[in-house]
Amino acid sequence: MSNQRTLSVLVENSPGVLARIAALFSRRGYNIDSLAVGPTEDPNISRMTIVIDIQGHALEQVIAQTDKLINVLSIVELDPIASVQRELLLVKVTTTAQTRSQVLETVQLFRAKVVDVAKDAVTIEATGNSEKIHALLRVLEPYGIKELVQSGLVAMERGLKPGSTGNTSSND
Amino acid sequence: MNMTEKITGAQSLVKALEHAGVDVMFGIPGGAILPAYDPIFDSKIRHILVRHEQGAGHAATGYAQATGRVGVCIATSGPGATNLVTPLADAQMDSVPIVAITGQVASHAIGTDAFQEADIRGITMPVTKHNFLITNPDDIPHAIAAAFHIAGTGRPGAVLVDISKDALTNMTTFKWPEKISLAGYNPVMDPNDAAIKEAAKLIAQSTSPVLYVGGGIIKANASKQLMKLAELTGAPVVTTLMARGAFPDSHQQHLGMPGMHGTVAAVTALQKADLLITLGARFDDRVTGKISSFAPHAKIIHADIDPAEIGKVRAVDVALIGDLKHTIKALLPELESVFKKNKPDLTQWWASCSEWRSKYPLGYDQPSDGSLSPQYVIERIGKISGPDSIYVAGVGQHQMWASQFVGYENPRTWLNSGGLGTMGYAVPAAMGAKVGAPDTVVWAIDGDGCFQMTNQELVTCALNGIPIKVAIINNESLGMVRQWQTLFYNERFSNTDLHSKRIPDFAKLAEAMGCVGLRCEKKEDVDRVIKEAMEINDRPVVIDFNVHRDAMVWPMVAAGASNDDIVVAKSMAPVWDSQEL
Repeated sequence: MSNQRTLSVLVENSPGVLARIAALFSRRGYNIDSLAVGPTEDPNISRMTIVIDIQGHALEQVIAQTDKLINVLSIVELDPIASVQRELLLVKVTTTAQTRSQVLETVQLFRAKVVDVAKDAVTIEATGNSEKIHALLRVLEPYGIKELVQSGLVAMERGLKPGSTGNTSSND
Repeated sequence: MNMTEKITGAQSLVKALEHAGVDVMFGIPGGAILPAYDPIFDSKIRHILVRHEQGAGHAATGYAQATGRVGVCIATSGPGATNLVTPLADAQMDSVPIVAITGQVASHAIGTDAFQEADIRGITMPVTKHNFLITNPDDIPHAIAAAFHIAGTGRPGAVLVDISKDALTNMTTFKWPEKISLAGYNPVMDPNDAAIKEAAKLIAQSTSPVLYVGGGIIKANASKQLMKLAELTGAPVVTTLMARGAFPDSHQQHLGMPGMHGTVAAVTALQKADLLITLGARFDDRVTGKISSFAPHAKIIHADIDPAEIGKVRAVDVALIGDLKHTIKALLPELESVFKKNKPDLTQWWASCSEWRSKYPLGYDQPSDGSLSPQYVIERIGKISGPDSIYVAGVGQHQMWASQFVGYENPRTWLNSGGLGTMGYAVPAAMGAKVGAPDTVVWAIDGDGCFQMTNQELVTCALNGIPIKVAIINNESLGMVRQWQTLFYNERFSNTDLHSKRIPDFAKLAEAMGCVGLRCEKKEDVDRVIKEAMEINDRPVVIDFNVHRDAMVWPMVAAGASNDDIVVAKSMAPVWDSQEL
């Protein structure tokens, strides 16, 4: 079983909150694989999605220590099955007259988008879960990846609210 | 007062401190905090001008430990604030409620490397329970109210409020929040009912339980409840370094302190127990020794107000999250009812515990060369001054001997730096304790190394009518380090010799600082000198006890070793019944 866990953390939108979380993780030796921070529907509250490698640490400890921070309002682990998880990828791929159509075909297959075209390269935008992003990159790699940038994972529990019985749909 | 009256942020700060119930604070003014010192001049809050900000921080801690109230210290920006880092870390490690107020450079200058600028909020983030940076004077009352609320409730700790100079000088109106509610901070007070039932069940099944008592009992003011629990269960009690005094040393069920320098009975009882009833303790490495071999047969009940302590070091069978007073109150009736059906027989368990206790009592040898035994000095101070005095130790050998040989009967009579191990804690902490408990005799039992770190606060004591008594256990060396060099570094005493038998001359130094300075070098003089010090109540007293330098702290479990390998004296491990191991 993978050591990666996804934590969804609601925090007060106040200065220094990110530093507190980072300092806590660094001090206690927790490894952050990815981190995404952004606003929520409430301007006073931000959501952090933290993917952590819990090797050597108990997840309950990570959660309890994080929850102890005064600015942390709530923290839950998101089950990959019961949540929607997405990353954003921008990747610049080398193209030639011969390979361009193959690259564009790959873009279509992965329901990605071309967002910029140059003489010898295209820039592709893709969103998806980690597996999809990795798969896309594997297929594109032989053409030559000039540059890439990837966001941290963002994730949200499926359904209306935790514990409610709203629609759970999937179009993965 | 008119709610809409315009006052400065500084006036608002002092009003807020008054509303928070502050009666005394320890500090030093400086540029950025200067605006606050003007209204402090008129305030009914007593401000004690210390000689170093570290002294202010430890004094706040000593005050808080002795009284149970939140201690307060105040300093300016930059170096004033960074000098508070050690006492903040110290208080946070030992869960002591203190609030530090610091001045900060004006908000427009923050981030420009201005004169005396330090990012003290950033610096203290990992060593405080929480901290604030205030740049708007309107935010001051709420921040102060929140700081006291956070410091003093739940698991107590250190909180810093950094206030920019312009926030102190700009105009505002004062409004005190009567009720503080913080969305992300709701300490659980009452443990889960099902967990209480489960804990009672485990206790009823246990034939060799130990009450493993930590400093949380003192923080929760739950000594009376602990006594009831101890007498109801009949279980042996051990009190950690932070919990000395939580349960009377004279009580039959008390086996003493566990840990690296604990009693053989306390250490062994934990190792052999089938159940640890852990109350406000945190499985510190100095208690557990090598964690994989700690209490190998024991199930664990862990009661603590901090959920993050549960399972941090040792996996638990039952977690009781809540205030310890509430927890024990909930546990008692449940236990009474399960004991009606089945009360385990602890006779055999007590036979073992009593044997360990009688076979390996705490003790020490008198030096053969006629020089003074440090343990004897400390023992006599405890006997002569008695269990109603407050004893404050520094860090090292003298601290361990003071925990072993004074004899504690009451909570809040033993103050020390347990977690951080801060040398220099004793004098300023004793000062704070004496300010908080002016009618109580307060002894600082200090080492000659520790004393040289913070003794300037004796000037503060002398000038402010704070007559503490200081016993310097002067072995002319950094004794605990020297002990380790003796045991683990082949007696290569690298940089542990302080040559402090006469330089400095501690008695003269004391006199120079406005104290009475005494010296004692012979066993026959010990009682007389202690009694002489007991008679002096108008000034601080310092006694320089010149003691034997090779005395060592025993028993000892070497760092990282298993508690099963406790050594009662150099190269002398207890003889175990092979059946027991």
